[in-house]
Amino acid sequence: MSEMSSNIIVVILVTSFATYLSRFLGVVSSEKIKETSKIFKWFNCIAYSVLAALIARMVIFPAGELAESGVVIRLLVVAVSVVMFLFTKKNLVYPTVLSAILLSLLNSYL
Amino acid sequence: MINSKYFFQGFKSIKGLDSPALALGASFIAIGALLKNIGFNIEQSIFSTFLTYALPGSLVMAESFLIGASLINIFLAVWLVNTRLYPMTVSLMPLLLHKSQPRWKYYLSCHFIAVSAWLIMKKNYQSIEKKHRIDFWIGIGTGTWSIAIASTIIGFLASDYLNKDMMIGLAIVNPVYFTCMMVGAMKSLQISLSIILGAILGPAFFFISPEWSVLYGGASAGTIAYFIGEFK
Repeated sequence: MSEMSSNIIVVILVTSFATYLSRFLGVVSSEKIKETSKIFKWFNCIAYSVLAALIARMVIFPAGELAESGVVIRLLVVAVSVVMFLFTKKNLVYPTVLSAILLSLLNSYL
Repeated sequence: MINSKYFFQGFKSIKGLDSPALALGASFIAIGALLKNIGFNIEQSIFSTFLTYALPGSLVMAESFLIGASLINIFLAVWLVNTRLYPMTVSLMPLLLHKSQPRWKYYLSCHFIAVSAWLIMKKNYQSIEKKHRIDFWIGIGTGTWSIAIASTIIGFLASDYLNKDMMIGLAIVNPVYFTCMMVGAMKSLQISLSIILGAILGPAFFFISPEWSVLYGGASAGTIAYFIGEFK
């Protein structure tokens, strides 16, 4: 194995360990937390708001390819998709497919 | 050992109209293409999704690898961006814990905790008896994880055919799927406030600290929502 590829394996192992750590510690803590407790409710709120914060960040301050589209276009695509989700009785296939096509088109023609 | 009825019931959540398959597929196709472009071979790309299975973590890994960051810096960057998995695990596992179930199931299946599987489990756990929830969860996890691995392979193989506009299109699918699922999850005042405040405070904290914005914004939004919900 070349030095480059063994280096990649180590990077993958370090990444997966850093990721598993939070999941593992979460299970350890869960052993002592009842689902009816106040601390559970508090963590539940934090989990939802951390996810909302992450998603909002992905849309407003994206990394990678998305950064090459305009923020107004991205927000518009997300808004149109959510409206479509609500109008199709919470069907998730239409808005997700639509969003990809819409953003690709708007980005190449605007 | 694992009740197959509940396992397959969970596994089947990848079919149907609220399936995460498209969103997961789109984002892991993008990851597969990205890993190929930064010099991973196909085995390494598969290995990466197999072991990490968390999108922002893989993106951070790719970015850090590309600029030649040290291992300790990669560890810290990935750990930081994936810390959100801690509150996600703590707000999920107590719903699945049952004294008749062996502990290894919990320590192994926590690997499946990622936004899509988590949201599906949160949406459906009440319809499953508590004793069987862990097997249902392992089914959901195995299904979503398989899609992620298969899509990484597709993305790797298709990377030469994906142009920039297609990659941008793929990249929006995941945030759109998550946004819709979150809108669908707004069933109580406390959760609705957590989501709305998180979506406002997360980006707001970006101006103070880009790295910590998700955690600072999320923790403060969740805490405010919790107290408003408890004492209104």
